[in-house]
Amino acid sequence: MAMTIQVEIVSAEKTIFSGKAEMVFAPASMGEVGISPRHSPLLTSLKPGEVRTHIDNKEDQSFFVSGGILEVQPHKVSVLADTAVRANDLVEAAALEAKERAEKLLSDKKADVDYAKAQAELIEAMAQLRSIERIRKGR
Amino acid sequence: MASGKEIRTQISSIKSTQKITRAMEMVAASKMRKAQQQMERSRPYADKIRAVVGHLAHAHPEYKHPFMIERPVKRIGLIIITSDRGLCGGLNTNVFKNALKNMKAWEQAGHEIEVCLIGSKGMGFFKRIGANIIAATDQIGDKPDLQELIGAISVMLDAYKKGEIDQLNVVYNQFVNTMTQEVQVEQLLPLEPVDDDELKHYWDYLYEPDSKEVLDGLLVRYMESRVYQGVVENIACEQSARMVAMKSASDNAGDIIDELQLVYNKARQAAITQELSEIVAGAAAV
Repeated sequence: MAMTIQVEIVSAEKTIFSGKAEMVFAPASMGEVGISPRHSPLLTSLKPGEVRTHIDNKEDQSFFVSGGILEVQPHKVSVLADTAVRANDLVEAAALEAKERAEKLLSDKKADVDYAKAQAELIEAMAQLRSIERIRKGR
Repeated sequence: MASGKEIRTQISSIKSTQKITRAMEMVAASKMRKAQQQMERSRPYADKIRAVVGHLAHAHPEYKHPFMIERPVKRIGLIIITSDRGLCGGLNTNVFKNALKNMKAWEQAGHEIEVCLIGSKGMGFFKRIGANIIAATDQIGDKPDLQELIGAISVMLDAYKKGEIDQLNVVYNQFVNTMTQEVQVEQLLPLEPVDDDELKHYWDYLYEPDSKEVLDGLLVRYMESRVYQGVVENIACEQSARMVAMKSASDNAGDIIDELQLVYNKARQAAITQELSEIVAGAAAV
């Protein structure tokens, strides 16, 4: 049997594929790359496209990735696939939304920062809860 | 003493409360299992990306990424992960307490603090104490999507890149087991070197197109994965804490029902005794 290379395709949310292949094709940002066993270590970003694993006499398996990072070591290929769409303006829009939420939250803000007071209140409330619990148990 | 009817209504109302808490307990139990699986599933990615970043930090690439350079600390960024819903015991309170403790210490050391909130419980609390909130997101649900977190995270990363903050930390609940959740405070930026025995000998990657671009993409993803991992763990904690809280609520309701039942029986007995003695007294008078 020909030499194989371990392939792992993972996304932040789950493992998509894990197995052996004789050749792996991936849509690197500079053009598609084919990785055979004993490839030298390589780190590259991926474009949206198809990652294919090839084994002779078998049908190729292919997986769609919407971008990510490809890491190659002599006996292992890892594809860190993106689940999120990462076009620049989309991320920016999401960031703006998060900021807006924060601003809306702050717009009806009350008094100054007073951690000590808040902490004291918190501890008092917790003590109250604890004593209520004790009374309830003792009953 | 309360009359029989009053106690009966009280008992039935507590019984219906108990039904609700018991249902919530079971729902939380099944959700907890799912959240735990999600935690397991997201681990390979986190491990892998950590290993790659470890290699990189070790290989000393010609390009030092801003994320790796330590600067004198003036302003500190803090990402606080809380749950969206309550009724989960002391889970969020513990996070608040820990975050406040840290914030106070930093403030005394003369650092300014900027806060990023994930989860609506934190939004309420930190708004009330008037923290400096620069980003917020909520309604993440039981199955978090990385997509929903990207915005908030990128606000913090941008702030770091622009030099608005010099350190970034994250606070969340770590899932130890069903009964135990531990509040964790972790430093995200600047990157702390990863120590690994495998990395002793020197080698470096080929970078394509160049190390700067690849590193940039990789480190942003690494940060996102760390925060995502925190969110997923926090959800597992939320469900297990809710399960435990609801279980003790159902148990308490059971205790109260038992007590009330006793009171009710006594009242009923007393009423019967009284009626009997009235009848006997009446018969004797005739």
